[in-house]
Amino acid sequence: MKSLPLLAGLATLALGTLVHADAHSNLPPAVKARQAHMQLYAHNLGVLGGMAQEKIDYDAAAASAAAANLAALAQLDQSSYWPEGTDNGAIEGTRALPAIWTDFDGVMTASEGLIEASAAMSDVAGDGLDALKGAMRPLGQACSACHQDYRQRDN
Amino acid sequence: MRKGVWLLAGVGVVAVAGVGLAVTQPQSLPASALAGVEGDAARGAQVYAAAGCGSCHGAEDTEALAGGAAFASPFGTFYAPNISTHADQGIGGWSDYELANAIRAGVSPEGQHYYPAFPYTSYARMTAQDTADLIAHLRTLPADATPSRGHDVGFPFNIRRSLGGWKFLFASDDWVVTDAPSPEVERGRYLVEALGHCGECHTPRNALGGLKTDQWLRGAANPAGDGRIPSIHPDDLGWSAQDIAIYLESGFTPDFDTVGGEMVEVVENTAKLADEDRNAIAAYLVALP
Repeated sequence: MKSLPLLAGLATLALGTLVHADAHSNLPPAVKARQAHMQLYAHNLGVLGGMAQEKIDYDAAAASAAAANLAALAQLDQSSYWPEGTDNGAIEGTRALPAIWTDFDGVMTASEGLIEASAAMSDVAGDGLDALKGAMRPLGQACSACHQDYRQRDN
Repeated sequence: MRKGVWLLAGVGVVAVAGVGLAVTQPQSLPASALAGVEGDAARGAQVYAAAGCGSCHGAEDTEALAGGAAFASPFGTFYAPNISTHADQGIGGWSDYELANAIRAGVSPEGQHYYPAFPYTSYARMTAQDTADLIAHLRTLPADATPSRGHDVGFPFNIRRSLGGWKFLFASDDWVVTDAPSPEVERGRYLVEALGHCGECHTPRNALGGLKTDQWLRGAANPAGDGRIPSIHPDDLGWSAQDIAIYLESGFTPDFDTVGGEMVEVVENTAKLADEDRNAIAAYLVALP
């Protein structure tokens, strides 16, 4: 008798997992890849930003490692992440605006901006907290340069 | 008897028309609006950043506020006018009073209503000192000869006189949040409700474009169509005051996403404010009722 609520609970859990997995797996692999790429940016920015905001102690080795990751990520060839028909008008689950596909030059300019800003951070992240703080704002601005024109507003 | 009814009806029509004329008549600031205050251009630079003038009136490839940016809405497309210091195409030939009347009452030097795409309903709460400082700063900026572009607005919204009715219904220089329990929250309220005009985008509007102040800062449809402008009410946002202050300075969210869309230019402005002002905005937002 006791096992009935347990069973019901398990079934609900399983259903929840299925629904969640289903929503996620509906996204084309390329979209999942680019979203994962963004997550990797955010994770490494979190290390640098946590130090810049003095929420975690400055650690030159950890800062350098995170900055090197960012710089490497920014340089990866992303061309296969952005197939036609994966903008926010065509599919659910993405905030990628159609402008990405119609303004390729603008996207590339923004992407070069991120390569430069992340390389600049990588050069100085191990040189102390003040140097890291100084490189943080241009890095954030490089991210926003893309988010300003090519990402849909919050939903 | 019959004659009496017609007479009554006639009097009624005249009365309604009279009230209509009175209501739609542009209401200017009192002539004494700037009496006793001296504008300071350096302080005005902070007012200018907080009020975000450059985000709408700025133009590409020039430092002048040459205008031209398009703002789509359900009522038509508005084009930011040239408010550079050019004597003919900009505001170079306007008096301080004419500028104050435009900014805080939404009335042009010719005595016409401005469309509320220009957030004078927020700026109405601006202090006389800040108004004078802002005007002094605007006068230090370069001139540009580009003529302002006419708005692309259809009937009946193209009848500017009707905006008097809109102002009568929706414009008020009272504070939306009546309680300000500390000087910091009070300063934040001034920055958010007056200069920053945050509610213009973050608060939903009714069918006539009036702000639904009972849903103050709780997020809104994007007037240009795509996506939504998020709620910044603490029930929905869930950020600490420190998170908000950091975002307004650096553009980073607590999970290290970054600011996007129109808000990028807003953060460029808030990054120029003093720490105390960003903290005040944050204190006001987390204390929202």
